[in-house]
Amino acid sequence: MFDFVSFIPRAVAQGVPLMLGSTGETLTQKSGNLNLGLPGVMYVGAICGVIGSFMYETNTAAESMNGFLAVSIPLICCLAGSLLMGLLYCFLTVTLRANQNVTGLAMTTFGVGFGNFFGGSLIKLTDSEVPSIALSATSGYFKASLPFAGDLGWFGRIFLSYGMLAYVAVAIALSCAFFLRRTRAGLNLRAVGEDPATADAAGIDVTRYKYKATCIGCMIAGLGGLYYVMDYASGVWSNDAFGDRGWLAIALVIFTMWRPGVGIFASILFGGLYILYLFIPTGMDLAVKELYKMLPYLVTIAVLIIVSLRKSRENEPPRHLGLAYFREER
Amino acid sequence: MDGKVAAVQMRDITKSFGPVVANDKVWLDIYKGEILALLGENGSGKTTLMNMLSGIYFPDEGKIYVDGREVVIRSPKDAFDLGIGMIHQHFKLVDVLTAAENIVLGLPGRGRLDMRAVAAKVREISGRYGFEVDPMQKVYDMSVSQKQTVEIVKVLYRGADILILDEPTAVLTPQEADKLFAVLRSMRDDGKAIVIITHKLHEVEELSDRVAILRRGHFVGDMPTAKTNAMEMTNMMVGRPVTLNIERPQPKDPQPRLEVKDLTVRDEDGVLKLDKVSFTAYSGEILGVAGISGSGQKELLEAIAGLHRAEGGSILYLDAQSGEPEELIGKDPRDISDMGVALSFVPEDRLGMGLVGDMDLTDNMMLRSFRRGKGFFTDRKGPHKLAERVVEELDVNTPSIETPVRRLSGGNVQKVLVGREISSAPTVLLTAYAVRGLDINSSYTIYDLINKQKERGVAVIYVGEDLDVLLELCDRILVLCAGRVSGLIPGRGATKRRVGLMMTKLGGGAEDE
Repeated sequence: MFDFVSFIPRAVAQGVPLMLGSTGETLTQKSGNLNLGLPGVMYVGAICGVIGSFMYETNTAAESMNGFLAVSIPLICCLAGSLLMGLLYCFLTVTLRANQNVTGLAMTTFGVGFGNFFGGSLIKLTDSEVPSIALSATSGYFKASLPFAGDLGWFGRIFLSYGMLAYVAVAIALSCAFFLRRTRAGLNLRAVGEDPATADAAGIDVTRYKYKATCIGCMIAGLGGLYYVMDYASGVWSNDAFGDRGWLAIALVIFTMWRPGVGIFASILFGGLYILYLFIPTGMDLAVKELYKMLPYLVTIAVLIIVSLRKSRENEPPRHLGLAYFREER
Repeated sequence: MDGKVAAVQMRDITKSFGPVVANDKVWLDIYKGEILALLGENGSGKTTLMNMLSGIYFPDEGKIYVDGREVVIRSPKDAFDLGIGMIHQHFKLVDVLTAAENIVLGLPGRGRLDMRAVAAKVREISGRYGFEVDPMQKVYDMSVSQKQTVEIVKVLYRGADILILDEPTAVLTPQEADKLFAVLRSMRDDGKAIVIITHKLHEVEELSDRVAILRRGHFVGDMPTAKTNAMEMTNMMVGRPVTLNIERPQPKDPQPRLEVKDLTVRDEDGVLKLDKVSFTAYSGEILGVAGISGSGQKELLEAIAGLHRAEGGSILYLDAQSGEPEELIGKDPRDISDMGVALSFVPEDRLGMGLVGDMDLTDNMMLRSFRRGKGFFTDRKGPHKLAERVVEELDVNTPSIETPVRRLSGGNVQKVLVGREISSAPTVLLTAYAVRGLDINSSYTIYDLINKQKERGVAVIYVGEDLDVLLELCDRILVLCAGRVSGLIPGRGATKRRVGLMMTKLGGGAEDE
């Protein structure tokens, strides 16, 4: 019998960073900015949170740690770091109209290097035996779930066993979906990504919308990095551990056809596929395990094929995605 | 002007772009409850003048009064606040949004959108003036005239009392234009001030109450429409007496050149674009193709040029010397163009097909001849000479041969494209929208070019938008309706109304005969 009660919480834990990443990227892409720097942004978000909490944890005695500060310091550091990345991206692509793909790829390289550099430095500072930093006290605060969750059996484990960032992620995704579908600003944002010249003529400030959507999107994505370190990895930072989750988050944006609401389920599905191999008895045959690890990518390819077969204008990317807008251009 | 209330008064308006003075001390009054037609050649400054009213440009000098108060209009938003709305030639609509969403785009208001209230207000406006709009329809599902309706409702929704329409009928069928005119009249009767910019004199006579004429940035005069006529208006526009006729010599010794039989074409999505289309094009004649945009004109030309796969039927090319028939379907586009079939297609954005915007004139000429060079290196001398010849003969206004084509104005781009196609001495010339967006003088240059080809014995297939021109230029007119041949009628003696009916309905207009 397949063990759903232990499978689902792990799938969700895998899915949350993807959820935050893809929600942030969806918001960004709706403004017409294709931010391929997302993996870098998530890295920077994670390492900034780690730096903040490292400073706090090493300078405070364990018993005098304040729960509120232990959460808000890394949170603010993470948001600030990813905001700076967003501003950098916007400055380059919106103000200077640099090529979005090149800028994004450069920022991913930069972000990963930035994370590994500071991660490595912190590891040096701790003089530890293993190449990682453990911030278990901070992680304890991030992971804290409702005290009675454990008493509720399978219900508690499936729905209530997560740290607060997981619920924040769902709330953000839902509010993004509402924002895009039902609000005036959301409509304006969609128009900016579809046809900036028209939006401009209708009196919408295209530059401001692009900056705002991209920066907020980056901050949301940065939270995904923070969740990964503080919750999923139990506060253990080691270089390159985040892996290719940033790229998966970008793939998810296409997979969900730019719908943050769908993203909630899609990211949990991806998370599940990511770890499915652990739950399927494959015996000693490691090759079969590796095949199962391919599942998320196979599903992405399958979905892309299905979506492109079913041609619908609603499922297409924002028309002006990846292009800079310049009013005087003919 | 007894009893009329001025909605807008423009005084001594001057605007220059670099060394070019687009408007020079122009005076213009716009009255409530009146339709004003603003006339002038392309480049006479009509659109510039109206753009200053709608906040796109800012005047260098001069004053604008709205309802008697002096105002400063710095942005489209300022113009909206003053009740001025402009409907541009190129629609500003987002395709994937619905009509209602497009209408409220960018408007201030409560953060949360109540689409139902918006839709109700849109219906209310539509009902008042007799529009047919479904607020929940997506723009990409709409016809050109529906899109235009959305643009007008968008302006009214913002509370505009002064409406400016820039060449509103350029893309409409005659029947759709009539509907638009009815709506404009009912808005005029509602007390709104309406300005239409147009080239078409018969529309001015039919619709407007007053005409104002600009010539090279100067205000020439205005008068009630009832007291003038087409001849006088044209003379005022051009500044000298002109004849408004396109030449149409009788075809000389027409021989069948291209026989199209039961041609059936589907687009990439499998939608039937041409359904059993048959006709014959003769040498030394101009065959016009009329139809609502998207009725299969593009596919027809592309199928003949070998760029689009034909599903069924045949296209026979009859050689000019021997008269030997040869099947074109299945042939490589290069072989077809080597046989003497030239395609000059001017798409909506003018560049898209045929010319590369970032390359200069020589390089664009080479696109046709790059295979001819001997050996590994390309031959640049020939194309350079050709470019010089085209510039000289067609009077292309360009700083130099090395200028990227993108920087030339629309008319000059089209001259380069048509000039290059003609230079290959074709036996069949396919041209689509050759005069798209050109002013009267440039258009006539192109008509002359086409007529010269006709006299050389070329079979010309001319796809056009302007029915008036098709009726004057073409020897025969093939009317397409939703991919099928609605009729093939002689150009001499055809009426616009009949062609218009045939465009909208298969075999329509027959009762007129």
